[in-house]
This record gives sequence, C-alpha cells and structure tokens, in this order.
Amino acid sequence: MRVWKLPADVDTDQLAPGHTMKHGLEVTARHCLEAVRPDFAAGVQRGDVIVAGPNFGIGSSREQAASVLVQLGVAAVVAPSFAGLFFRNAFNVGLLLLTCPQAGRIADGEAITFDARAGRLTRAGGEALPCDPIPGFLLDMVEAGGLLPQLRQRFKPAQEPR
Amino acid sequence: MPSPATLAQKLIARAAGRAQVTPGEIVTCRVDLAMFHDSSGPRRLQPRLAELGAQIWDRDKVVLVIDHYVPEADEESRRIVKIARDWAAEQALPHVYDSMGICHVVVPQHGHIRPGMFCVGGDSHSPTGGAFGAYMFGIGATEMLGVVVTGEIWLQVPQTIFMRWSGRLADGVSAKDMMLAMLARHGMNGGRYQAVEFCGEAVAALPMAERMTLANMSAELGAQTGLVAPDDTTRAWLAAAGAADVDTTPWHSDEDAPGVRHAYDGSTLAPQVALPHSPANVRAVDDLEPTRIDIAYIGACTGAKLDDLRAAARVLAGYRIAPGVQLLVAPASLKDAAAAEREGILRHLTEAGATLLPSACGACAGYGAAIREGATVISSTARNFKGRMGSATAQVFLGSPYTVAASALQGRIADAREILS
Repeated sequence: MRVWKLPADVDTDQLAPGHTMKHGLEVTARHCLEAVRPDFAAGVQRGDVIVAGPNFGIGSSREQAASVLVQLGVAAVVAPSFAGLFFRNAFNVGLLLLTCPQAGRIADGEAITFDARAGRLTRAGGEALPCDPIPGFLLDMVEAGGLLPQLRQRFKPAQEPR
Repeated sequence: MPSPATLAQKLIARAAGRAQVTPGEIVTCRVDLAMFHDSSGPRRLQPRLAELGAQIWDRDKVVLVIDHYVPEADEESRRIVKIARDWAAEQALPHVYDSMGICHVVVPQHGHIRPGMFCVGGDSHSPTGGAFGAYMFGIGATEMLGVVVTGEIWLQVPQTIFMRWSGRLADGVSAKDMMLAMLARHGMNGGRYQAVEFCGEAVAALPMAERMTLANMSAELGAQTGLVAPDDTTRAWLAAAGAADVDTTPWHSDEDAPGVRHAYDGSTLAPQVALPHSPANVRAVDDLEPTRIDIAYIGACTGAKLDDLRAAARVLAGYRIAPGVQLLVAPASLKDAAAAEREGILRHLTEAGATLLPSACGACAGYGAAIREGATVISSTARNFKGRMGSATAQVFLGSPYTVAASALQGRIADAREILS
C-alpha cells in the first residue's frame, strides 16, 4: 500500500472542488486534490493510503470529499486528527479513517499495512504505530461498505413477500 | 439530584429520552427537524429512497430549501433544481422554500427552529440553529438518508467549550470579528467536534442575527454545534418569526457545569480580517499591510442578514465606493432584502455603487456568479479556502460587513471605526 503524503488542514474544497460538484463523482475524482497534489488523481492506485497532517477534512459537509477517495480506491486515510463532520461522512460512505498521533513519521511513497480493529499500523521497516480506537459499530459500517448497504439490509427484507 | 449539566447535555438528553448524558458516551437521538437543500438533498435522497423502498419518517419534520443552484445559471443547475422541485411535489413536502434565500437564515425566519429542539442539516453551517438554543449540526447526504428513513441519529456526547465574552463591543465591531478572534486563538479544528457555547455580557447584548453569525461559524472552529442560551432576545425574535410563547427556561448551562472555559474581552476587540487561504489566518485590521481590493462581497448566511446589511449601509450611506472597486451585495433572504428595502438600506447601498445579486448561496461557494481569476476580494462570508469562491487564483480576505463596506469605500482593506466616528 503506497503512501501519499499530504499536508495539514486538507479541506473538503480541495478534495471535492465546488466547480466540479454538479457534474458527478467521476468528474470530481479527476480534480481531487488538484490544488495540493496535482499528481494524485491520475497516479493513485487501488489500495493506496493517504497519510496527512492534522485536521484532515475541514470545511463543508459535502460527503463527496470522502466518497471521491472511495471512488479512487483509497484504502484508508491516516492523520493525527480529522474534522468531525468529515469523520462521520467517511464511515458513512465506507472510507476507513485511522487517527494516528505519530502519522508524521510515515514517509511519502512508503509501503504500510494496518489492522483497524487492533488499532495499529505497521511501517515498511516493521515499526508499529498505535491508532485511536474506533467504536465497533463504525468499523462494522465501514466493513459493510458504509451506511447505505446497512440500510439496504434493514429495509429490503420488508419488501420481500412473506 | 442530577449532576450539573451543560446546555448541550440537556438538549441531547431530551432528544435521547434520558435523564442525563455524560460527555464521551454514544447515544441515539430522535430528530425534531431535518433540513436540507438542493445540493445535498433531493438529488441524493430521491434515488436512494426509491431503491430502499423506504418512506420519509415524518414529512412535517423535514424542511427543503432551494438555495444553492438558484437562480439556475446553466443546464446542470436547471437539472438539479428540477429534481428538487419535482421530488418536493411528488412527496407533498409541507415545508419548501424555493429561491427565498439561504437555508440557515430562511428556516429560522419561518419559525422552524425553537429552543430545546434537536435538529440536523445537510450543510456544514447548520450549527447556525444553535443561536436559538437548539442542538443543530451538519451531516452529509448519506447520513441524512439514514435520518430521513429512521428519524434517528447517533451522537457522541460532546464536552462543552465555553467562550465567555465580557464587556461590550465598540461601534463598528461585530460578531464576525469575535469569531475571527476565536479562530485566531484556537485554529480551524480547535473546537475538536465538541459543543461550543458562547456566553457573557458581550454575547447577551448581541441581536439574534449576530448570534447566528457566531453559531454559523462554529463550523469553522470545527465544533459540532455552537450554542447561545436562549433569552428575551430569542423569544422576541421568534415571536416575530411566528413561533410565539416558546419556553426557554430549561435551556441553559448550570453554573457549575463541566467544560473547558476561555475568556475574551469584547470591549478591547478591534476589527479582524482573515487572510488567504484560511479563516484562521487572522490579523487585526490595523496590523495589515496596505491591501488594495478589486471586489467587496457582502453575501452568505454568515454575512448578509438584515443586521449585516444595516452595518454596511451605516458605513456607505451618502458616499460612493472607490473607483475600480466592485461591491456585490447578495441579501441572505428575501425577507431580509424586503426589510432592507423598507428601511431604505438597499437604496443607500445601490446609491453608493453596490450591485444587488439574488438571495442565494451564490459566489460564497463558487456557485452562480463566481469571482473572477486573480481578483483580490474582501468578503463577509465564512470561508476563504483556495478556490472556494470559484477562482483558484483569487486572494480572498474575510471581514465583517462593516469592514467589507469600509474597504469598498476606500479601495483597500479599511477600518470602519474611522468612518463611523
């Protein structure tokens, strides 16, 4: 899992630029992070990880800021802190966030692995970095692919003939 | 005896059907009001509701405001707004405000938000409702779908961060300056997604519109909500908005309630300006390098309510703006625009050289008439992220409506106190 390093205070308008919002997620995905990391949208591979500075996801409630990263195949975002609204949105659309106080130690391009339930990620050289625990119901949600698949489970059976 | 509790705890306990709640615990709350707009609402909800075969849990508790893509500037905007209108008709939604102004202003102006309520909004500036002593916060479209089909939402009970403002603000200094000063001290995520409560003499003296500005920009502080305990000012404003006789007595923090406390002196506060490209990149206006401007923008839920327009008109009445400067004014709602018209404020603004724009989100979020490339802008809006207003090369400064008006007059970022005195 290749690491894409990003600075502090990455905001929702950088993740999902306002001028792209009316055109749908595929268009937004092509412009994701163009203002801070122009090589990201074209270069990111399925399973890659973003490692960012503090306050990742500050700004608007647009959940496209999280779903665009799911669309691009990002496996997780690791940062010392997240904006609260972005945090909720990410789990709701099936994007795993790992709050890691020592995220700054990880280098751009490094290969890392993580275990979300154990609250731990492992650097290329084997160094383990602890992550804040995530409530079980949020891990269940992200593993289900977000809130929508869970709602499907909840509402679909009511549609079936008994 | 229940232990001392904050306003936030009391509001959440009520919505969770509990006697009391403790910061840190996760609870499920019943939602009293769900607000969404044309950008976050129907175009995302409609196909998913259809897919789930689910119904809106309570139509009377849903409010739709069409404010982001109006007036429709292009085909895509027309398509999005049409989805919202068609869906509202199909669902027979009882509360729809179409092209009447910005949701955070229109919804309270029609009496939908009252002290004690627990509300969610499909927009990050939803904490604005906290100005009325309601617990209100922003959520994304998927989570709104969950609320719309269940009427419930989970919440981690927040700590409360008390921002106590002593003293009285000087003439020409406003709630926007208070908020920029708090952002300067605490930073954009300083609210840590906890509840902020604004209190003290300077807050109690603020009219509702100014309290709304504080609560609104709690989003920039990174708080989940921003509260002001309701009082006589709240009651009088709500009565005029059609919500008479609200009971405010239960809705205040106990004196010894737990929380983090910060103190500010309102009487010494100078006008504040946020420099590009962050609302927390703040200086006092007097400490700024001389900064020429091309565009002065008075708009948005944050900075174009009736009181904001009054502030601008006090500065501009009887003067002309500087040559080469464009002053754009987009009143936050039709109600505010109509009141400003009656008071003669709009005439003062247009005679000074202002161009009036529709009451919608507009340039604040890069919708509609965007700011041109390379422009230097002073704006009464909430955010100046790079590219936010539709141009990646624009330099956007944030200030109060007083500061924006004074800057339009002088052609550079200016201190309104010099003009008012």
